[in-house]
Amino acid sequence: MSFYGLVDGTDASLKSYLGNLSGVDQVGAEARAAMLATRSIKTTSKRWAIDTAITMVDLTTLEGADTPGKVTALCTKAVRPDPTDSSVPSVGAVCVYNDMVSVARKHLDLIGGQHVPVAAVSTAFPSGRASMPVKIQDTQDAIDAGAAEIDMVIDRGAFLAGRYIDVFNEIVQIRQVCGDKAHLKVIFETGELVTYDNVRKASFLAMAAGADFIKTSTGKVAPAATPPVVLVMLEAVRDFYEMAQVRIGVKPAGGIRNTKDAIKQLVLVNETVGPDWLSPKLFRIGASALLNDLLMQRMKMDDGYYSSPQYVTMD
Amino acid sequence: MSNRIDVKKTYKLYINGAFPRSESGRTYEVKNAKGVFIANPCLASRKDLRDAVVAARAAHAGWNKATAYNRGQILYRIAEMLEGRRGQFIEEIVNVTGATKAKADKEVTEAIDRLVWYAGWTDKIESLAGSTNPVAGPFYNFTIPESMGVVAAIAPETPSLLGLIDAIAPIITSGNTVVVLASTKAPLSAMTFAEVLATSDLPAGVINILTGKKDEIAPWMASHMDIDALDISGLPGKKHAEIKVAGAENLKRIYSFKSADPGRITAFMEAKTVWHPIGL
Repeated sequence: MSFYGLVDGTDASLKSYLGNLSGVDQVGAEARAAMLATRSIKTTSKRWAIDTAITMVDLTTLEGADTPGKVTALCTKAVRPDPTDSSVPSVGAVCVYNDMVSVARKHLDLIGGQHVPVAAVSTAFPSGRASMPVKIQDTQDAIDAGAAEIDMVIDRGAFLAGRYIDVFNEIVQIRQVCGDKAHLKVIFETGELVTYDNVRKASFLAMAAGADFIKTSTGKVAPAATPPVVLVMLEAVRDFYEMAQVRIGVKPAGGIRNTKDAIKQLVLVNETVGPDWLSPKLFRIGASALLNDLLMQRMKMDDGYYSSPQYVTMD
Repeated sequence: MSNRIDVKKTYKLYINGAFPRSESGRTYEVKNAKGVFIANPCLASRKDLRDAVVAARAAHAGWNKATAYNRGQILYRIAEMLEGRRGQFIEEIVNVTGATKAKADKEVTEAIDRLVWYAGWTDKIESLAGSTNPVAGPFYNFTIPESMGVVAAIAPETPSLLGLIDAIAPIITSGNTVVVLASTKAPLSAMTFAEVLATSDLPAGVINILTGKKDEIAPWMASHMDIDALDISGLPGKKHAEIKVAGAENLKRIYSFKSADPGRITAFMEAKTVWHPIGL
């Protein structure tokens, strides 16, 4: 593997690659994210933003209590988010646990949702605490069951202990399992990485190791996808594009619950990496409750009056 | 030494148990009967209404589930708190409306008594408005009145405090939550009343108070899909038809009232009928 010519796979080369990264200006990042959050997006731009955000949603259910019934209901909603309005686009993907992948894939195919991919969380999600063979098998199972996207978690313990090469090698191995069959999203759990410097470091590490997407969080830990964290990751993606001429996607997940939050994310994308990234190919939002709020805002724009949660699904 | 400058109160909105400014940043001037400037309360926008409805909807489940006894206790507690701040309310009413002190005193007293009166109704209304019905079959048949959900209200211009309480109290007595638009010309007692609410063990979001213009807010109340009913007692009669048309789209129940009576409570309740087999 070439790793874009940035790393040769040895510990020394990885250390030198990560050691050359500039630090993150914490105050600057937070101020810039806060400033961009004040942008007002209205009328036709808002309408465009809502529809774009819907296509970017990775509609997610990651509960111990998930049943096949809940997953099929979620898939139905993913294909036609608003059953009364066929102009609402399908979401970006359905994101489920490993054992629900085949249920989701079958149901999507059954109802004409062939265009909606299934994403599976993998590598002992959400903690990442398992041996490498288990993680590989976990990933292989998901791909065999029809997952087109793999959301893997990194070993935060190894990362925080400074064993970057272990984290790197894990991503490389999972990348190999995915091959051409599945897109690989690498989850950092930024709430556990503590500093923006760590987030930037993890971003460059994952991108060099072969991630197609870098993702903020599992959704199980708070804080999750805060605007400054997403900004830091977008800047890493922008800088990596300059270094390697490769466009890596970003997926904030966790804590994005309403339309306003989602539009703030789109503003961050546009202002940091540019409009090329304003596509579900390069930007996704991991969420469950968000979709209902997007639909209610869309109804409000169409009908001219405020809608009610009674007119969207309960979950 | 220079004279001390008065610390003036900023009159804000009351949404979800907090006192935010209007999201629009707008305010308007309130003047007394002689045209002298008194305060700059918030001029609420439709988005403040939207936020208040979200808060009221979230609060409904808990408030509706609270026992009637508990709701009565809290209504009584509001009356207690109001009694303790009687002087401030009298002063504000005199200041804004130019009423005599005796008249203002009477209004505050009536407001307190009204709250106590509604507090008493919480655990009685269900027995009086509900029924067991004779049916031709081996069934018990009950009709049980329940709260509707989120009710909006437009309080009358005068009396500003008593009118507000007459709008709010019957709605929350049965377990509804409320978003109320206070008197436009005399909104100060409404926002001071919010301070009373904030110290009355009332769960956040059960009562939300906005100040602003009726013509601006009322149509949004009528068309809002997540407001179940609307009290337009405070709206001039010639505006009623227009609001009822706007509310017809979503089958909203819209009423106006002339006085305080238990019918104001039942107006914002809906009946559930239960069939239960005899002998099981």
